[in-house]
Amino acid sequence: MSVVALAPENEELTAPEGRIVSVARVRGMGVFLVLLAVVMFGPFGLGVAAHVHATFLLGAPPATGVAPLSLPVRWVSVPLALVCAALGCPLWARPHGRGRFLLFSLGVLIFLWSFLGWAARGGELNFVDMLAESLAYSTPLLFGSMSGMMCERSGVVNIAIEGQFLAGAFLGAMISSATNNLWLGVFSGAVAGAIFGALLAFLALRYGADQIIVGVVIVAFCTGLTNFLTEQVLSPDQNLNAGLTFSPFGIPLLDKIPVLGPAVFDQNYFFYGAIVLLVVIHVGLFKTRWGLRARAVGEHPRAAETVGIHVLSVRYRNVIMGGVIAGIGGAWFTIGNVGEFSADMTAGLGYVALAAMIFGRWRPFGALGAALLFGFSVSLQSFLAVLNVGIPSPFLSMAPYVITIAVVSGLVGRVRPPASDGVPYSRE
Amino acid sequence: MTAAEVTPGGELPPEEAKPELQAAGAPPVPPAPAWRRALRWMGEANLAVVTFLAVVVGLLVGAILIVVTTPATLHAWSNVGSAPGHALGVSFSTVGNAYGALFAGSVFSPSAVGHAISTGSGWTVVFTPISETLVSATPLILAGTGVALGFSTGVFNIGGQGQLIAGALAATYVGFGVHLPIGIHLPLVILAGAAGGAVAGFIPGILKARTGAHEVIVTIMLNYIFLYLLNYLLTTAPLQQPGQSNSISRTVPGSARLPQLFGNGLRVNLGLIVALAVAAGASWLMRKSTLGFEFKVIGANPSAGRTAGMDARRATILVLTISGALVGMAGMSTLAGTDFFLSSGYGGGNGFNAITVALLGRNRPVGVVFGSLLFAALSTGGRYMQSTSGIPIDLTSVIQAVIVFLVATPALVREIFRLREAGAGKILLFTKGWGG
Repeated sequence: MSVVALAPENEELTAPEGRIVSVARVRGMGVFLVLLAVVMFGPFGLGVAAHVHATFLLGAPPATGVAPLSLPVRWVSVPLALVCAALGCPLWARPHGRGRFLLFSLGVLIFLWSFLGWAARGGELNFVDMLAESLAYSTPLLFGSMSGMMCERSGVVNIAIEGQFLAGAFLGAMISSATNNLWLGVFSGAVAGAIFGALLAFLALRYGADQIIVGVVIVAFCTGLTNFLTEQVLSPDQNLNAGLTFSPFGIPLLDKIPVLGPAVFDQNYFFYGAIVLLVVIHVGLFKTRWGLRARAVGEHPRAAETVGIHVLSVRYRNVIMGGVIAGIGGAWFTIGNVGEFSADMTAGLGYVALAAMIFGRWRPFGALGAALLFGFSVSLQSFLAVLNVGIPSPFLSMAPYVITIAVVSGLVGRVRPPASDGVPYSRE
Repeated sequence: MTAAEVTPGGELPPEEAKPELQAAGAPPVPPAPAWRRALRWMGEANLAVVTFLAVVVGLLVGAILIVVTTPATLHAWSNVGSAPGHALGVSFSTVGNAYGALFAGSVFSPSAVGHAISTGSGWTVVFTPISETLVSATPLILAGTGVALGFSTGVFNIGGQGQLIAGALAATYVGFGVHLPIGIHLPLVILAGAAGGAVAGFIPGILKARTGAHEVIVTIMLNYIFLYLLNYLLTTAPLQQPGQSNSISRTVPGSARLPQLFGNGLRVNLGLIVALAVAAGASWLMRKSTLGFEFKVIGANPSAGRTAGMDARRATILVLTISGALVGMAGMSTLAGTDFFLSSGYGGGNGFNAITVALLGRNRPVGVVFGSLLFAALSTGGRYMQSTSGIPIDLTSVIQAVIVFLVATPALVREIFRLREAGAGKILLFTKGWGG
């Protein structure tokens, strides 16, 4: 009883320390917003001829009858620039004020809207499709960051997510193709992830090996193994890589909502699963006895041990569960997205997921925000490539990685990970 | 055959010295005969034995993978009830062919030697595999030393790929951009490679020191950024080969190429000498110099370093920059040594293998040299294996990963093989959590 009662209080305690932000950094954010406003005012605003419009399609072509939204680019960007600048000023003037991250996020969102208008000037952009694709691409990042959170909240760094993704993607594709059953594919993806989670736990917990190193070697192992098996097993027999995928499942009624319906409520099961998992892990970590114990083990294992928590078994359990989650996220790459497995198809998103977790300060809903941002930047490149905005496509492909660096170095500031994250535990 | 012959001999003396010291310190006990000590040494979990056993286990895992994925062996095993000998025979011959090719492609081929002896010619063919192994080892030595340098300061430089591309890019620009005699041009190319890598290493260094961004994330992201940057540059004016629609760069002229050491037939080049010199320099830096001492102290205990007046931030920036410079030289060594032009995705897995090589060499330049030779032999032989027996070369990355797993957790090897505790029983701890 008392354990449960303590949990929220504990959260309050960690909240202020979770993000250590200097006044200079907040002011820097204010300056950044003003700079964005200048860009919106100049190139995106006055730089565009007054009569040029951008058209946003607000429904999947045949279905819902929301009329396309056609806006004059200049006369949208200029007022938005003023709003953005207005948001930046309080950050500079009152860096200690509340809601500064809200102000900043709002400013960035306004900039993105203006950017989209500029990119689509004189053309069409299917806004609903873009939103839907952003959510789809954020799905593996959600699974990955949840996996990282499970492990790191209990004090084990799981940098092997990329490898667990690959293993889950491979086995998911192979088993679902072999059995013609997609759910078996999900299950086997989870098993693949669990195996490598267990390997990480075994080497890190039993032998106290360096967790980051073991993680990196697991990635190398999974990369080599899946490449080898793709050549040796999948290539000769196309039936083992048949490219089955889950089709989108529209949630009844909700998918009829204009704009939001086709974008949010017409995804496949992976996305809904990720959202449910997010809520479960949030409640689990911060409102239950299990979560308090896991966090205690991640913060101060010795103290946890003295009150009778078995540190190693908590860690084993969490790391293997983290592997399961990452394995399911890996299955998204094949049976949740493109179908066929191909070598190195995860393209570093396992690491991006870790960055999302750090950006979200080891909290599920923080990671959600970060995953949506990255998902958006991944989907943006494919849409911008079609629009021919004059930015070479390699630079568009760089965007998620550049944003990741900006996020881990600039925006988050010095985050405070669980105190015993990555530290091997021994009783003596 | 003893383990000492097979595994890096450079690691032995400190381990071997212990029993002798004990024997000398306790006169009443007569010193054990040499063969006894050798036997005892082989039963210990020292570096050489652990590394040797790791290689054996790695090859064993590879053999199992071959057997369970090759149709011919699978077919033989499906009839194991009626012909058990046949199943075993097919398995052994398949694995034997594959590993035979692995050896012939990386060290020497016995049949080629026989041919050369009987006819008196064809010695180039005999030395080609070993030359190719040395060629593959060159970038690994450079990049592995760079990564090892980072580890010794508690910095995990996983951005080998990006730094390698940056180094190769800079070397290419200097290579085709200026026209000078080789005596000036080649050193400039080498320096450009180092400078390119140094810039790519400086970025995570300064970000870590100034903002606390963890170098693992930043360096991985930089890998992708440099990959796309290279893709972009390869399609634009100064770098792209004129008149080409493919993404390949201009070729560097002869004055920017590392000369071959043994004439035209063998590709082994001056890059190997440069790599060995750099490894020796890094060894000196870490063992003898004040800066190296600072790096090690800060790696082991940052607060102790600070108390002693060392600047941990400066050390972080410096070590990542130097580390990047060495990895950049690795990119330069392949560009100016064997490839002479860039293509998209340049560098292959060298940047990543540098990490495993550094782990295998236990962060010591000498160890890195031997580890690089081993891994280079595996990948060179792997290419030959793929072309002759059809087993995908990716098998060798699995073998390499297994080897590093075991080397990174010597306690596991000790338990599997019931070895006595010794030097290598210590846990490898290089990195710190996100906070460090």
